[in-house]
Amino acid sequence: MSYDATYTKELPLVPERNSFKEIDDVILKPVDSKPTKKWWIAISISGTALAIGLFCWTMTVMYGIGLWGNNNTIGWGFDIVNFVFWIGIGHAGTLISAILFLFRQKWRTAIARFAEAMTIFAVLCATMFVALHTGRPWLDGYLFPYPNQNAIWVNFLSPLNWDVFAVNTYFIISFVFWTIGLIPDFATMRDRTKSGIKKIVYSVLSLGWSNSNRNWQHYERAYLILAGISTPLVLSVHTIVSFDFAVSIIPGWHTTIFPPYFVAGAIFSGFGMVLTVMIFVRKIFDMEHIITLDHIEKMNKILLATGTMVGYAYGMEMFMAWYSGYIFEQFAFLNRAFGPYWWAYWIMVACNVGFPQLFWFKKIRRNIPIMFVLVLLVNVGMWFERFVIIVTSLHRDFLPSSWAMYFPTMYDYGILLGSFGLFFTLILLFVRVLPSVAISEIKAVVPGAQPTHHNEGGSH
Amino acid sequence: MINKLINIFKKVNEDQNPWKDERSENVYAVAALFNTPNEIIHAAEKVSGDGYKDFDVNTPYPVHGMDDAMKLKPTRLGWFSFALGLTGTLTALSMIFYMNGIDYNNIIGGKPFFNFPPSIPVTFALTILFTGLTTAGVLIALFSKLPWLNNPLLDSDYSKATSQDKYGIYIKSSDPKFNQSEVENLFKSLGSSAVSLIYDSKVNEKKIKTPIFEAGFIKILIGVAIATSAITYITLNWLIFQPPFDWMVLQPKVLPQEKSKIFADGFGMREPVAGTVARGYMPYEYKGMPDSVVKLLSNPLPVNEKTLLTGQKRYDTYCSPCHGNYGKGDSRLRGQFPNPPSLLTDKLINWTDGNIYHVITNGQNVMSSYAKQISRDDRWAIVHYIRALQRSQNAKDSDLN
Ligand code: HEC
Repeated sequence: MSYDATYTKELPLVPERNSFKEIDDVILKPVDSKPTKKWWIAISISGTALAIGLFCWTMTVMYGIGLWGNNNTIGWGFDIVNFVFWIGIGHAGTLISAILFLFRQKWRTAIARFAEAMTIFAVLCATMFVALHTGRPWLDGYLFPYPNQNAIWVNFLSPLNWDVFAVNTYFIISFVFWTIGLIPDFATMRDRTKSGIKKIVYSVLSLGWSNSNRNWQHYERAYLILAGISTPLVLSVHTIVSFDFAVSIIPGWHTTIFPPYFVAGAIFSGFGMVLTVMIFVRKIFDMEHIITLDHIEKMNKILLATGTMVGYAYGMEMFMAWYSGYIFEQFAFLNRAFGPYWWAYWIMVACNVGFPQLFWFKKIRRNIPIMFVLVLLVNVGMWFERFVIIVTSLHRDFLPSSWAMYFPTMYDYGILLGSFGLFFTLILLFVRVLPSVAISEIKAVVPGAQPTHHNEGGSH
Repeated sequence: MINKLINIFKKVNEDQNPWKDERSENVYAVAALFNTPNEIIHAAEKVSGDGYKDFDVNTPYPVHGMDDAMKLKPTRLGWFSFALGLTGTLTALSMIFYMNGIDYNNIIGGKPFFNFPPSIPVTFALTILFTGLTTAGVLIALFSKLPWLNNPLLDSDYSKATSQDKYGIYIKSSDPKFNQSEVENLFKSLGSSAVSLIYDSKVNEKKIKTPIFEAGFIKILIGVAIATSAITYITLNWLIFQPPFDWMVLQPKVLPQEKSKIFADGFGMREPVAGTVARGYMPYEYKGMPDSVVKLLSNPLPVNEKTLLTGQKRYDTYCSPCHGNYGKGDSRLRGQFPNPPSLLTDKLINWTDGNIYHVITNGQNVMSSYAKQISRDDRWAIVHYIRALQRSQNAKDSDLN
């Protein structure tokens, strides 16, 4: 697929409206062309990680979670750390696709599809961890209320059960939202393709969509409704995840700040991950003028904002521990900062609150290499945040005789690596087979795409 | 094998392919393409203003103001989402109410079995789930009438242009006002860049009825059904008994009456720690003493329906195998064990309650003690029940009053 190499100047969106064909060409280039060398290298790395993960996964299924580092005191280790981490990553996708849509942030269009795909893949990784941490994943059907021969029902007073409903709903709704967005793009692909198989596949997937305005009318309303319900949903999912901790009585968990703190952290880490991946994708697939530096700068601003919120939460937790006058709570926080896991705590503070402050400088927000390092640190920091919350709260609670340390095993690391492998493999496959930018949406926000005698901001 | 499959699909491009889009002679619609959004809005206004009903506009993305230009009624999709979302709320609440409030009560910190605040998260999630799924489902099936792969527009140059960069409008021949040349002239006068005719596809004409009854489709259905049942059967009857799925059953553990190497005396089953008493199990002060000592023990329980029903339940479980369902001594173990005596004899009728209680608690000759199996209160309840049996099995006329 040939397109003008000079076509990389930075513009908010594609320049003139008669270049719609070029939009199609650029966005669908990875889909239409043979995989490049860069792509093969990337997928072989992620595939290796996935294979290692699969090995550790199989061993865990065979011999049980005794292979992990979890022990009597630290009942939740990497399994739940990674679960919360991945669920958090997913949240940025919904935020970009739904919340920014409701706020009429048109710049979101360029990254929405991609971010949604990330949501779906991240939630898959997350569910893999919870499914596995039950120990006998093949019995996980019991998580759902269904009439069974034991005549028992699940316990709706338990936050773990709320989690089952929240995470599954989140996955299904994100998937539906994403699929609905894909229908018109499948129609475009169907009409462009020259290959017989692709034609059949795209025809079926597009359901025979004909871009009819009688359909667009309902389509836009449905999109609005889906965005409208996804917004409270995404806020509720991490709230409910935080209930897993907050509803218990462990010092360091039992706090009311958890829901907003978790949601802010989720958005923070999610944006970190979206940026990490996006920087690669726009380079590998030459999409610099669709996913522009302006987009990246805007996302960096969000990182700064949410990072600072998270910092506020860290401070407030400390304050509340002191102010509560409750010695166990006070101990839990002193132990976090100065106990055996002090290093994890300070990595978390430095990566989440310290370094992102550099984003106050416009130069740094727009400097890809520096910014990339900062974003990677955000990912690291947010992973450590979950580690700190879970492991340091558990390892020393009320009863000093049961204090212990947590030592992850190679299976813990292997499955963590495997989840990254799974995530990036899915991302790489996604950019190869589906349009990673919503074609019909981006066309609608190109300058001159809307009639002049109609004022802006109608129904889109 | 795979190559063969791919070859079948590749043939789609060639002439003899079965899916080739064949068109009939009938004009389905007259279609026109425009280059700018302003033109298409103008065209839509004109066409709807002229009173055409069966027309539509095709654009690569939703164009603002098109609904007004086409004089479309506002969509009613939201009402469906709302109604079914509400169904989700009610489903969740009634589900939780039934499952935890009625059918299976969990005692957790003395909290009410059903209460509203902890039901909120699940109710919320299901409301969203129902709303989302209906919105998507209704959008596709009801409002857009998809899937519609035989749409005559598809595969036409007109449709290919409108899914890329052109704005199209067409008027169907089914419109009451339709007149081919008039429509063509109308489009030309509006400044269309290309006016074309769209012919109906042959498939639509042949009116293939209910393709679900075609042999091929039925074969696929049967195949899928057989495969699904086979997989389910194998999973449920074989797979879950294979390692590692059966390791829960196979894990090392001591079964009742088994030996154990862990303890010096080799017994798997253990005695309670010396000097301890399990809750509700008070030591029996007349242990091993003769009957005459315990005659004075009296039954602490009142005679009422509840104690009698408990007594009956315990008696049926623990005593009836030997003494028979009605205490007649007609044991189900007859011949394998010294025949247990009837409990309805005059001797027993004249015994005190304490005496019977003593036999249950202490045992008598070959009948062993039941103190470990049956709690103290339940033993007294059995005594009441034996009294009831003694009376009912020898009922006199006067008992009827
Ligand atoms: C394993 C069979 C068996 C079971 C079970 C059993 N018994 Fe007995 N029971 C006997 C035998 C045998 C005797 C006769 C003992 C003897 O030789 O004195 C007996 C004697 C008695 C006697 C004394 C009768 C008499 O005439 O001296 C009473 C009262 C009695 N059982 C009540 C009960 C009650 C109440 C239960 C239920 C908790 C019960 N038994 C369970 C076998 C059993």
